[in-house]
Order: sequence, then C-alpha cells, then structure tokens
Amino acid sequence: MSVLVNKDSRVIVQGFTGSEGTFHASQMMEYGTNIVGGVTPGKGGQTHLDRPVFNTVKEAVELAGANVSIIFVPPAFAADAIMEAAQAGIKVIITITEGIPIKDMMIAKEYLKSFDCVLVGPNCPGVITPGEAKVGIMPGFVFKPGKVGVVSKSGTLTYEAADQVVKAGLGISTAIGIGGDPIIGTSTRQAIELLMNDPETNAIVMIGEIGGNYEAEAARWIRDQGNPKPVVGFIAGQTAPPGRRMGHAGAIIGGADDTAEAKMKIMRECGITVVESPADIGISMARALSN
Amino acid sequence: MNIHEYQSKGILKRFGVNIQEGIVADTPEKAAEAAKQLNADTGTGWFVIKAQIHAGGRGKGKVKETGSNGVVLAKSIDEVSEKAGAILGGTLVTHQTGPAGKKVNKVLIAEDVYYPGESEPKEYYISILLDRAKECNVIMASTEGGMDIETVAANTPEKILKEWIDPRVGLQGFQARKVAFGLGLEGQAFKEMVKFIFALYNAYDNTDSSMFEINPVLKTSDNKILAVDAKVNLDDNALYRHKDLMEMRDLTEEDPMEVEAAEAGLNFIKLDGNVGCMVNGAGLAMATMDMIKLSGGEPANFLDVGGAASAETVEAGFRIILKEPSVKVILINIFGGIVRCDRVATGVVEAYKSIGNIDIPIIVRLQGTNAEEGAKIIEESGLKVMPAILLQDAADKVKQALN
Repeated sequence: MSVLVNKDSRVIVQGFTGSEGTFHASQMMEYGTNIVGGVTPGKGGQTHLDRPVFNTVKEAVELAGANVSIIFVPPAFAADAIMEAAQAGIKVIITITEGIPIKDMMIAKEYLKSFDCVLVGPNCPGVITPGEAKVGIMPGFVFKPGKVGVVSKSGTLTYEAADQVVKAGLGISTAIGIGGDPIIGTSTRQAIELLMNDPETNAIVMIGEIGGNYEAEAARWIRDQGNPKPVVGFIAGQTAPPGRRMGHAGAIIGGADDTAEAKMKIMRECGITVVESPADIGISMARALSN
Repeated sequence: MNIHEYQSKGILKRFGVNIQEGIVADTPEKAAEAAKQLNADTGTGWFVIKAQIHAGGRGKGKVKETGSNGVVLAKSIDEVSEKAGAILGGTLVTHQTGPAGKKVNKVLIAEDVYYPGESEPKEYYISILLDRAKECNVIMASTEGGMDIETVAANTPEKILKEWIDPRVGLQGFQARKVAFGLGLEGQAFKEMVKFIFALYNAYDNTDSSMFEINPVLKTSDNKILAVDAKVNLDDNALYRHKDLMEMRDLTEEDPMEVEAAEAGLNFIKLDGNVGCMVNGAGLAMATMDMIKLSGGEPANFLDVGGAASAETVEAGFRIILKEPSVKVILINIFGGIVRCDRVATGVVEAYKSIGNIDIPIIVRLQGTNAEEGAKIIEESGLKVMPAILLQDAADKVKQALN
C-alpha cells in the first residue's frame, strides 16, 4: 500500500516531447516509474524515449492503459491539459506547471468536480512513493522507503524534510507536494487524510507556509479524528512581511489568520508537534515516534 | 501587479463603470491645464488633487517637504497649480508607506462629485476578490464606505455583505440585486447600483484581476453611482494575455534592488536585517529566513534563485545582497534536486573571484544532488567560505559569525 502512486501506476507525461517533459520523463524512468507513454498534440504516432506519443489523453488511456498523468504543459495551456486528463478518465493528475492564471485554475477545478479523479498541484514537485514510483521532479535518492508520510506546499523544503527524516534513521512512505498556488487540487487536509488512512504510514510531516487556511483546516481535522498518528508540523514564513508575495503566488499574508504565528498556534492547540526551526523536523519526528 | 488609481479608473471606465472623472498630470502647469479641461468636460468648479502612489491612506498622509496632505481640494483653477505644486515631487508618508514615504511623480486632478442636490450623497464600499477557501470570487459590500474595511470587519462584521460567484456561470442578476438592496438603496440609485456592480464584475473578470477595491463608491446627490477611488490588483500569472495592462507597471514604485534582481531572473524581496541569504525554492527560502532569526540574526532579504542556479545567477545574487551595507553575514542554502550542488559551488567560487574582496563571512550549505562534490570545490578553492552540510550546522555558523 501507499497513496496516489505506486509500482502499478501506469503513468503518462503530458507535454512529453518538450524540454521539461523529456528531461523529467527520463529521470522518472531511470527511477523505475512505469511511464507508459506521453501526450503531445500533433505528434501522435511518434516514439519518444522508447515510449509511444499520443495526440490525446483519451488515446493514451485506451491504448496504453494510463491511469496517472504528470503535466509539464506551459502555463497558458495547463488548465486545458488538466481538464483533458480528467475527461479521459485519468485517476491521478499531477501538475508540475508553475504560473497558471488563477481564473484558469478556478474553472478547471470546478470542471473536475464532475469526474472521479484527484488533482495534485499545480506548481508542485509531484508525488513519490520511494522504491515504487516517482511522479515528480524531486531528487529520488533523498527519499528512502519507510513509514513517514510528508505533505508540503514547497518543493525544496520537502526534500529538506525527507532528508532529515531519512538521516534520523526513518524513511518515507509517500511524499506529496501539494503546491504553492492559491488554488490547488489537493488541500493539506485531503493529503493528510490519505496518509492517515494508509496502513503503511505511521506518522506525518506537515509543512505549510504563510497564506490561506489549509493548515488550520488540516489541524482541526486531525484533532477531530482524535490524532490517530503523530504529526510534526512546520510553517515557513515566520519572518515574512505582510502584503508581500514570497515567491509562491499563494504565500502572502493577507489577514491576521494567515500568518505563520497564527497557524502554528492553531496546530499546537490541535495536538501537532510544531517545530520553530526547519532544522528540527527530522529529530522531532524521531522523538515523536519513540514516545 | 499593483497599478495607480488613475490607471485603475481607466480600466473601469473602459468597461462602462461610472467613475469620478479625472486627468493625470506631472507638473503644476499641466495640473492647471487638466483642471481647465475637466471644467470644460464636466462643468466642475472645484477639483480634487490626488497624489498617485502605490499606497493607501493618502488623504491623511503628509508630504514631508511641504506638509500638504496627499489628497486636497482646490476651489479654483488657480489653486490647482499651487496645491499640486505642494504635492508633486514631494515625499508622501502614509500609514502604509513606512516612515521613508514615497516620491509623488504624478497627481490626478479629479472632478468634485460631492455637490449638493436632491438627496444626501452617501459613500459605500465594494470589492471583488478571490476567496481562497471557497475557491471562487466574492463580492464584498458595505454601507460603511470610506472606512478601512479591516476595521469594519473587526467591529461590525454584520455590516459586510458577501456574495460568492459561481465560476461556471459568473455573476447573476439576483446577486447584484441582493447586494444593491442589501445596501439599502431604492429607486434610481438601486438601478444604477445594479448596473455598477455588473460593469465592475465584467471589468474584474475580463482583466484577470485578483482584487478590485472601490472605496468609496459614491451615490451622488442626483442618484448616480460612481467609483471615487479604485484599487486594482492584477494576477501576475495572467499578464501574458493582457499586454496593454502589463505596460501600466510603474517601476519607480518598486524597490530598485528588486527590479534589478528580477532582471537577473531572481526572486528577491528586500528586508531590513543583517544576514543576507540566497536559497533555491520559495518555501526553503522562507524557512531559511526563519532559521536566521532563531540564530539571533535578522534576514536582510528573501532571495529565491529558482531551479536554474548558475554561476551568473549566483554572482547577480551576491552583488545585490552586498549592496546593502547592513549585511554582516551571507548564508547560501541550496538543496540540490535538479540544481546540482557542484555547479552552485563553482558559481560561488567564480562569483567570489569576480567580485574581488568580500570581507564578510559567507556560509555555504549544500545538500542533495552532488553535495559532496560541491563541498570539495568550496574547500579546495581556499576562499574564506564556511561550508555546512546539515541545516543545523548552517544555523550554528550564522550564530557564530554574528558573535
């Protein structure tokens, strides 16, 4: 078991023949991910990286049995690619693309409600189940298999957290990069819920940042479930000034509730072990699991 | 992206939203000409002179050099040039600008819309913005116009009406009517308000905006509804399909260091601390700033070098950080994924040599892809650079360097 992606995932790459798609598809194949093909409209029938190229996601589903898609399509066309994947019957849609207009995502997310699928991202590093499948752009070697799940809005901070967890003698069950945009497919709470229900996951690292209310929502859900598994949390942006967008489109302090301080307070009140320093994530997880 | 009031009003007008008319000017002479033109166009005899800066609180704000407020009334065309002269070129300090204030390069000469008539003029508040929790746009309206909406929300939340817009169908008629009735309007003013809300939503939707704040919206004494002030925020990610709006960017409103950094492909925000930092990834960059604070320092900046850290970007980053004399230590924190640490290390060494004497301590923490090779390059370079592998090492070394 694991969540979202595993060794049985049949993955296609949308934006397969572009430079990003090509680079990361080969990296994923090297990792052992079962890439069954890719989609680039107009290039159907060709072969790329020893895999078939399809014109449409529908063809990739029918002819290659794809059930997971990873999207590298440029921002102007990314929302369209997400909706195409959903309509074609893809179950897990992982969108790496950064810079999609808010309006496009609002419409795509609304459209997805009619389909039985999960969207992760956009503007995220993807999802990895170590030893089984890497559907993302993360450095695979950092993630050693184990029992700790990771949920994070940030890419490199996910790697940092996983590295600390591994160096503390633990390992990763599945790491989910949910993305740093204001509108994303899978919220912190939804990702946490997947990991709470995963028998292979014993504990969870939850990494958030300033902006929005996802962390508070997740923390209250964890409390309402009776804190079934230990959670170690960190919120980036304790020193961020209000009103400034800190890199991620979603990382901006708008009101009193979306500061790091407010989020950390709510998380503590809900029984989450909150670390102030990002250097303490691994060690706190080791401590939480030995208790 | 933020734009000026006069630009925001220009967008509104283009979409049929009634506005307080005005003409922008950058000298006292042009201000007087603008007033004449405005008098001819609208018949107004009084004029409102409004400083154009990217910050609120202009009316209560003061120009450092002259003591003038940022928004003043002139009762004749002669007064316009004199009063505009006391604002133009000055430094306006408001509660949003900080004590340094902002230089005023332009003023908007606007018509007087608070003229007496059949009914009392009344101010309202209307905004449209993204509701992240509900993942759709929301219209917020209040009878408490002209006031700070955060204060209204805190003290009298029942005075704020909210109407959420379904992204599939857009604003519906009943929703605009609900808002207009909710504001207590009737008769002609009610009809005008419904039209106003529709035009406003249309402008918001068609410009890919992320926020419109119209405060105040005025019901005039003859029952017209118009935007007296306008604050528009555009979605940066959607600017590629609005080339005309992109041209409204005013670089003089932005920090010159941040503009320079953006040109070098760096995501940089200037802060006031003593520890400069250079990091890959926005989340890790914020986390690194937090760690600097816990180590007893204050972050001097946010700097995300992104996924393509190279010798050039690292050098550009160094040069920008080093411009700030208050920086006592620099911390470079790279977690290599796609970015290879050996390349970053080479970039640091090359940048160091090309800049020449850097006489403050530099801590370089490399982790992830090719971290060991990177550490070796730093070590063999013989430069005064302190390497660190673990994040905690880096934190300890920042503390050490500050003491």
